[in-house]
Amino acid sequence: MTVGEFSGTGALIRLILRRDRLLLPIWIALPPLFAILVVAAFVSLYPTAASQQMLAAQIVNSPGFVALLGPVSSPTIGGLSAWRSGLFAAVIVAGANALTVIRHTRADEETGRYELLGSGAVGRRAPLSASLVVTLGADLVIAALVTAGLVAFGLPVVGSLALGLSFAAIGWTFAALAGVAAQLAESSGVARGIVGAIFVLFYLLRAVGDANEQSGQSWLSWMSPIGWMRLVQPFANERWGVFALFLGAFIVLILVAYALASRRDIGAGILSPRLGPARASQWLRGPLALAWRLHRRTLLAWAALFAVYGIMIGYLATTSAYLLAANPQLANLFAHFGGASAYTDALFTLSLTFLGWVAAAYAITATLRLQSEEVEGRADHVLTTAVSRLRWAASDLALVVIGSAVLLAAFGLPAGLAYGLSTGNVGYELPRVLVATLAYLPAVWVVAGIAMALYGLVPRVSFVSWGALGAFVLVELIGETLQVSQSVLNISPFNHVPKVLVSGVSLMPLVSLTLLALVLVIAGLVGFQRRSIG
Amino acid sequence: MSVIQIQNLTKYYGKTLALDSVDLEVEQGEVFGFIGPNGAGKTTTLRILLGLLRKNAGKVSVLGGDPWRDAVALHRRLAYVPGDVNLWPSLSGGEVIDLLARLRGGFDQSRRDELVKRFALDPTRQCRTYSKGNRQKVALIAALASDVELFILDEPTSGLDPLMEATFRECVAEIKRAGKTVLLSSHILAEVEALCDRISIIKEGKIVETGTLTELRHLTRTSVSVKTRRQITGLSTFQGVHNLTVDGASTRFSVDADAINPVMQYLTKFDVMALTSTLPTLEDLFLRHYELQTGESAQ
Repeated sequence: MTVGEFSGTGALIRLILRRDRLLLPIWIALPPLFAILVVAAFVSLYPTAASQQMLAAQIVNSPGFVALLGPVSSPTIGGLSAWRSGLFAAVIVAGANALTVIRHTRADEETGRYELLGSGAVGRRAPLSASLVVTLGADLVIAALVTAGLVAFGLPVVGSLALGLSFAAIGWTFAALAGVAAQLAESSGVARGIVGAIFVLFYLLRAVGDANEQSGQSWLSWMSPIGWMRLVQPFANERWGVFALFLGAFIVLILVAYALASRRDIGAGILSPRLGPARASQWLRGPLALAWRLHRRTLLAWAALFAVYGIMIGYLATTSAYLLAANPQLANLFAHFGGASAYTDALFTLSLTFLGWVAAAYAITATLRLQSEEVEGRADHVLTTAVSRLRWAASDLALVVIGSAVLLAAFGLPAGLAYGLSTGNVGYELPRVLVATLAYLPAVWVVAGIAMALYGLVPRVSFVSWGALGAFVLVELIGETLQVSQSVLNISPFNHVPKVLVSGVSLMPLVSLTLLALVLVIAGLVGFQRRSIG
Repeated sequence: MSVIQIQNLTKYYGKTLALDSVDLEVEQGEVFGFIGPNGAGKTTTLRILLGLLRKNAGKVSVLGGDPWRDAVALHRRLAYVPGDVNLWPSLSGGEVIDLLARLRGGFDQSRRDELVKRFALDPTRQCRTYSKGNRQKVALIAALASDVELFILDEPTSGLDPLMEATFRECVAEIKRAGKTVLLSSHILAEVEALCDRISIIKEGKIVETGTLTELRHLTRTSVSVKTRRQITGLSTFQGVHNLTVDGASTRFSVDADAINPVMQYLTKFDVMALTSTLPTLEDLFLRHYELQTGESAQ
């Protein structure tokens, strides 16, 4: 390892800060914002120590919640807030770190941008070092903001610092992991896939470990960095030693990444890409087949995730013997998700709300694939053949519509089946759970419709569809705990989805949402047919 | 019969004028060269011909149809190779060739295999691993394998090596023999000179020259360097003689095409010992406009 291999790191750091000057502040702000919102919610809902202890006891005694979000380490506002914000922070911080590192290492190599830099006075370790420095710095800012925000609410300084640092530590771990993945894979898509799969694996290890802590399986949680976040025990007896685990993992991972980086050629990966067929198969002959070919791997990967999640929820819902609905305190928390009903129904509804958002995120990516095809010039190939614009766009949209249904069904079927098998009433539970899941489809389609309308009419601002989804999620999150006027809640299409498990199917909102989605899609298609391409 | 007819075509990007009353006519069976510096409006013109871009004013007809309104029907009869070829990273080259040719409405399998061989393309590799030249080959093979009447090629050889460029020239010659039409945009002037029947030069959104290479040459000066036994006098009074330098027996000047004959007759009076004349290349033509342009911007 020579100093020359790092030369140019400073310049690259400035380049990253310039390129990410909008994204970086957003993902730095989200975790502290969410943590503060959660604290505010718990402070207003559970003002007394007694109510906090009761809530914590109930959570700890319900395996479903323990599996989803982990146990509560301390029956205080701090402990509850750490419990509630942990998963969200892990998703955002780990995801943002990994995406940033891959974006500035492998993606740059893949597109050839790195060649420009690499031919200058830039060492081969500089891109990885620069992206790590930026992400680590951003994580420290997150830690500082979380600590400051919670201390401002009067929470203990030590616990706030431990929680903030646990956010930063999961970020570092995934930044380093992404650094390794970026060396292994030749394409940034594969690198992102590797990191995503590892995240899911760590989450599942933690979920199973936490849920079975009593039966001595907590060692599974110790195998997972996502588990470590909780094992730091913010606001209880903070275990600072856990941070040594984070640090150790981080150091090992970056050493591996640097070793791999020195061993390979620019542009090449450690995993060599497979060869493809010399001829196209018979079915690859239209835009729909092409769209399926381009979507399928992503769609199947997402569907597998939804299915695993479904099995988990279905299984957990039944292993729980506790019906929390009898308790008015927790019923408050569930009120937004499922009303004061059975615990299992509430658990399902909570998971479904989350899944609805994820499915909507999928729908946006899949819809805006049209735009990346256009911007990157691949749409030209298809649109200068005997394929009309309408047929091209409709082929993609067909996969969005069907794909989002497949995703939700991939959750609903195994969840309903697992739940039904254990209650011994598959015939009753399976259709009920499946219908409740599919009820989210029209809302997901509305989000896809927003993306399509923007893409067709004003493609330059199509990213606003992400802003819209973010706003809907925020409205739901705030509505979960704080008193918000109904007219604000009504902005979100998800708020109109009937809570089937709780109050049964009501068709009107489903039909209206579907019609709204249809209008948006048609507006987008009309706009798309009238404007210039590229 | 005209395959492409463009009259008064005007296109704005926002407030920027990209095409300023462009006129262009491509006849059936000819190879038409469309040359100009980067950003002159070549690609914009081609994309309007393909119905990808909307025009602001003017008349455009391709194969007798309106490229915007009749896009799908026309696209069955033409093949397009973009200048910057981007392909689907996860598909193999062979898959892309077959897919694009099928989308255009069928192709000749043996012709396709022959082209893959001639262009020395490995069709099993994923497109993400192809270099710029290989991506261009994929798009070229998909276009050339299609049985269409019109080929619109936007700088199709900018990433090809000289060997493959020669193969490309052969293919274009075959297309021409088959009576098909080619619109070739390029800034590789030797290629245009070798392939094209007629040429248009576009500069800043305006067509500045159109014609056969011979016609265009007519518009520029031939450089002449001559040695005579007796020192030349009186040449400076001729219309059409420029940049005259006389150095004893050696004389250099450039001469307008229509002044060549009288000047040559006049030179014989001074007992010519040696004479070299250089025909203007396309590059000279091109540079003449280009220098004019930079000269203008310098002012």
